[in-house]
This record gives sequence, structure tokens and C-alpha cells, in this order.
Amino acid sequence: MGNYLDYLLFAVLPYVAVGTLLLVSIQRYRSETFTFSSLSSQFLENKKHFWALVPFHYGILVITLGHLAAFLTPRTILLWNSHPLRVAVLEVSALACGILTLIGLFAMVARRASNSKLRVVTSPIDTVLVVMLIVQVALGVWIAVAHPWGSSWFAASLTPYLRSLFTMSPDISYVTSMPLMVKLHIINAFLVVGLFPFTRLVHVLVIPNPYLWRKTQVVRWYRGDNA
Amino acid sequence: MNVRSQLSMIFHLDKCIGCHTCSIACKNIWTDRKGTDYMWWNNVETKPGTGFPSKWEDQEKYKGGWEKHNGTIRLKSTGKARIIPNIFHNPNMPSMDDYYEPWTYDYQNLFNAPEGPDQPTARPISMITGDYIDVESGPNWDDDLGGSSIYAKNDPNLEGLSEEQRQQLFAIEQLVFFYFPRICNHCMNPACVASCPSGALYKRGEDGVVLVDQKRCRAWRSCVAACPYKKVYYNWFTGKSEKCILCFPRVETGQAPACFHSCVGRIRYLGVILYDADRIEEVSNLPQEELIEGQRSLILDPSDPHVIEEARKNGIAESTIKSAQNSPSYKFIKEWKIALPPHIEYRTLPNLFYVPPMSPVIAEQKAGGLDSITEDLFHDISSSRIPMKFLANLFGGGQEGKVSYALRKQKAVRWYRRAVTVGDVSMELAERMLKEANCTIEEAQEIYELTSLCTFEDRFVIPPAHREEAVEALKDPLEHKQSTGFGFLTGPKRGM
Repeated sequence: MGNYLDYLLFAVLPYVAVGTLLLVSIQRYRSETFTFSSLSSQFLENKKHFWALVPFHYGILVITLGHLAAFLTPRTILLWNSHPLRVAVLEVSALACGILTLIGLFAMVARRASNSKLRVVTSPIDTVLVVMLIVQVALGVWIAVAHPWGSSWFAASLTPYLRSLFTMSPDISYVTSMPLMVKLHIINAFLVVGLFPFTRLVHVLVIPNPYLWRKTQVVRWYRGDNA
Repeated sequence: MNVRSQLSMIFHLDKCIGCHTCSIACKNIWTDRKGTDYMWWNNVETKPGTGFPSKWEDQEKYKGGWEKHNGTIRLKSTGKARIIPNIFHNPNMPSMDDYYEPWTYDYQNLFNAPEGPDQPTARPISMITGDYIDVESGPNWDDDLGGSSIYAKNDPNLEGLSEEQRQQLFAIEQLVFFYFPRICNHCMNPACVASCPSGALYKRGEDGVVLVDQKRCRAWRSCVAACPYKKVYYNWFTGKSEKCILCFPRVETGQAPACFHSCVGRIRYLGVILYDADRIEEVSNLPQEELIEGQRSLILDPSDPHVIEEARKNGIAESTIKSAQNSPSYKFIKEWKIALPPHIEYRTLPNLFYVPPMSPVIAEQKAGGLDSITEDLFHDISSSRIPMKFLANLFGGGQEGKVSYALRKQKAVRWYRRAVTVGDVSMELAERMLKEANCTIEEAQEIYELTSLCTFEDRFVIPPAHREEAVEALKDPLEHKQSTGFGFLTGPKRGM
């Protein structure tokens, strides 16, 4: 039975989550482009906004890129970690970013709760999302404290698991032996991925990259020929 | 030369009576939706005053427009690279507190209140939260409050005025103010467009109207901060920026924009100008005192055969060229030089120009009665009750010469018409004044006709939009021929 559940959570859920992310995001972009927005509330509350949104975004960006690096280039990470001082630097900065993200998330909740105007623009799905993100980041911070040297053991045992998912031959033996909180962190991560296209998180998919290279002014003509 | 056509606007401030009809016409058509409740794409301000949003002209606070930097210009707020670290929290974003919290009234209480000793009241309710609120400010909160120590005294345009000039503006029983109606300037070098990381804001090639593509806006909020005139508004409900669209659906069908159409004082003019888009960057970067002449030099003579040829090469329709030749805007801006851009020092090259107010005063209240303050028909413009420096800060990029030129010409036209119609001033004197104002009799007559006798067709010379041709580029007009119609567009296929 336990095996069956593990299989469901670590070998089926990931595909359902990523499938949902891809299909729903594309369909939503095609049929409801208008809803792609960061839905900023800075206009309604401009002071606490800074102390919530900036730590959260910088924190989560670094953390996400860190996870991605460990997944894509595990050998580089392991090589970097060959020196104890460098492991310590990596661990401490990762933990700091995790805590920063968590502070940002709590500040976001406090900000929304304390302002009646902001409650008007807070949807039920926002609440679900923020709870899931808090759980996710709190678990991450907890793991970083309780099971140190994560940058090394992630690269050694979780990267192969994630790779096995990518090659469509899921090997869950890497995760089944993990501590409970690591398992929860993985499961919740896939839940967030699955929820992603139903939330305001879709703004991540439309981050403006051509801005830096485009001409300063934008002119559109009816007869095409836009410059 | 890269000739483009642009819808350009003139507001004649001496004719504005501050009735706000324009604002209401606009509000009823475009901004009565949830999230737009606080927006006034068109608003009318009292000057001196702090305006809407409060003190919008203070760019130390709002950081709107362009600034000179290393020999070129850059956005004062967050252009190009500087948007990256600031995208999560825009450092120059105004908040609703700078505008006002929109409200309505609890009218039902007037009907439903239980019987009691007091008259029932309709308390104000926030249109955002639905809670009762104490109204503390609104869109015209300083309406007619010239002389107010809270509002008028904080007008950013008072910078550089001497103590004496301030006295002149604020002395009790001498208070003076004028109205300043504002819409989007549909600039030639729009800061909002340049700031948008998503490329959602754009300028229409055919008529220069600046729009926000609602489907591409992602609420990064850069445009709100970048527009020095604070004419891009953030819809707090949809999470999209919105702005004046110059009523393009009306303009495309030959009608004047709603605020223009409804204007009681007939202060508004709309016409095409042709300008050289290749020189926008160069002109935007001129020293401040050369900006007004620089922008004038961008605007091309629509009767010049060379310009016409270049315009045709750029695909500008014959009808548009013809409209440009009859454009009231071209006359006001370029021929007569009596219409001036607001705050050209923001370097966005606005396409809305103002005829500065003369505010003629012929008598003042003295103990016991009226006392004529001048021997002449009108006071001398240099002793105008609105200090020239104030008008220069607003319309002259700081240069009094541009404003006094416009006022002197207006005054000369009045003298000339007085000589024609009343005859109590000699034509000789009137002609001398015209000469001093660099104005011929023909020009004076034209100015008089377009300011005083102007009909609808004189004020609004709107080029045909040729949408019937434009739509062909996007869609085959025959695409749905022989399809089913009636709400679905597939072929009439027989069922199995």
C-alpha cells in the first residue's frame, strides 16, 4: 500500500502537475490573455508593499535558481562543495534567502490582512496559493536547518530522481528513503506547479524580456510594418 | 524626413469657464467601470493649485518624464536596465492617496431609514471597500480655490516668482486664478510608451493616438510613474493601466472626442499636424530654452510640396494631407505661435497646446465702487494679474518671451476688433499694436474668426480614418461570405 501511495505521489503527481501547468497555461493564454497580469496592488497600499514584495521576490528568485542549478549542473555544485568553507558559504546564503522569502510571505499576509482595500482585491485562490507557498518555504527552511549540506545531497540523490522523471522512467527509490519533511517538500512543490496556471503566478510566464533590446518607442500601424 | 501625421489639440484657456462638462462627458462614456472609478482621463484644474493627482507637476516627487543624462535623455523613473531591480516595487509609483478614494452615497438610507426625530442622511461609502468613509479629498478638491494657503500656495509653478509677484497672486480681494483642463497629450516622445517593459503601450502610426494594449499590459506600473502629466491610470481591479484614448472610436467615425464635443466654452480644437519623426530624439535632447522652437521645427508645413511628397511616400492618405492643410492646430501652433505646450521641459513633446489666458481685467473693486485700472482698453500684458513668470513656468518652459508673444498678439487682436466693431479706439492705434505683436490684419482677422465665430467644422477638422481599407490588412472582408452568420462563423455544413 505504501509503495502504491509513493508511486502515486512521486511518479504520477509530477506528470499530472507539469501537464496541468503546460496545458492550462497555454489554453489560458489563448482564450483569456487579458487575465495575464501580476495584479499589482501597489497602487492601493504603497508603504508595506516594499517590505513584503521585495524580500519575497528576491528570495524566491535566488532559491528557485539554486534548485535549478542543482538539477541542471549537479557536478558543478559538488565540485564547488569540495571545500568545507565553500559549502558553508553556499548553505548560509541559501538559508538566508529562504528566511528572506518566508519573511516576505508573512509580510504579504500581514499587509493584506491589515488593509480593507487590499482584501477587496484578494481572491480565494490567492489565499490558497499563499498558504501553499508558506508551507513550501517553511519546509525548505526547516530542511536546511535539520538536514544540512542539502546542496550536496540534493545533487547526489534528488537530481537523479528528477532526471528520471524527465526521461519518462521514474525511479522513486531515491525519494522513498528521504526524511518525511523532504517528501512533503517535494509533494507540495508539485502541487504548487499544478496550481500555478490557475493563479496570478502566470505573470512569471510573461516577464518582459524584449524590453532591453527593443526600440525605445513603440509604433503600431494598421497595415503591419510595426516599428 | 519621415513624415507622420498626428492628431493635435488646442485648448484656448481664455474661453474656459471651468464647468467640468468635459470631465463628465468623458467619465460617463469611459471611466464609470469598477477600478476606473477614481480616474479622470479629462480633468479641469484651478491654477494656481495643486491639481490631480496632488502636485503632479512636482517631478522631484513623481519622477515623471525625461531627463538629460550623459549627452542623451533617459527616463527619470525606470527606463531600460533600471527597471530590472525595481520591477517588484516601483519606487516612483503614486498611490491612491495621491488621487483620492472614490465614493458614492448611501442613498437607500433616505428611503429606508426608520422614522425618527432626525432627517435621514446619505453617508458617503467607499466605492472600493463599501465601508462608510470620511471624505478627505476628491478630484476637484481645490476647485476655484485660488489664493488658498493649502492648495494654490503649493503650486509647483510658483517656483522662481518674486515675493511681489506672489503677493500679486494671493492678495485678498485681488485673488486671481484660471482653469487648466487636461487630457492625455498623446506625446511625440511619450515617456509612458518608452517605459513599458511589456511593450503594451504604443503610438498609433496613422494618427499618433497613444493607447494601452489591454491584453499585453501586465501591471508592471512603469507607465504610471513615467508619465510626467500623470495621465496613465492604474485600474486597481483589472490590474491593467488605462488612459485617455482620444475617443478613437468617435474620431474614426468623424466625430469629435466627447470632451471636445461637449465643451461649453468651445475652447477646444482638433486637427492634424504633420511632423518629422526622424528628429524626435534630437529635438527631445535640446537645451530647455530651445525646446519650444525645436518642437515647432518638427511640425512641417502641410502645403510645402516637398512635405506632401514625403507624406505620400509614407503612405499618408490624401484626405489626411488635406485635413492637415485645414488644421486649426497648425495655425495656432506654427503660423500664429499663440498656442504653447504644457511643461515642455518634461521632454515628451506633447501634442496638446494651450493658448495662455490673458485674463483681462479692466477694473478693480475699490472702496465705494469700481475703479478702472488702466487708461487703455485693456491692461498692459506685462502688468497682468497672473504673473508672466507663472505662465512661463507652465507653458513657456520657463521663458517669459514665448508667453508674452502669445499674449501680446491676443491683445492686439482685441484692440483691432474693438476698432472695427465699436470704433472707440482708432484703427491707426490698433494697427500699431498689431505691428508690435508681429501680426498682420489678415492674421488678426483669422485669429478672431477661429476664436470667436468658429463653427463645429472649423474647430474639429478630423481626417477620415479609412478604416474600410485598414481592416483589409487584418482580415479578408470576404472571409465570411457564404458562411452561416448569426453568431457563428463556420460554413453551413449539413448534419449526418
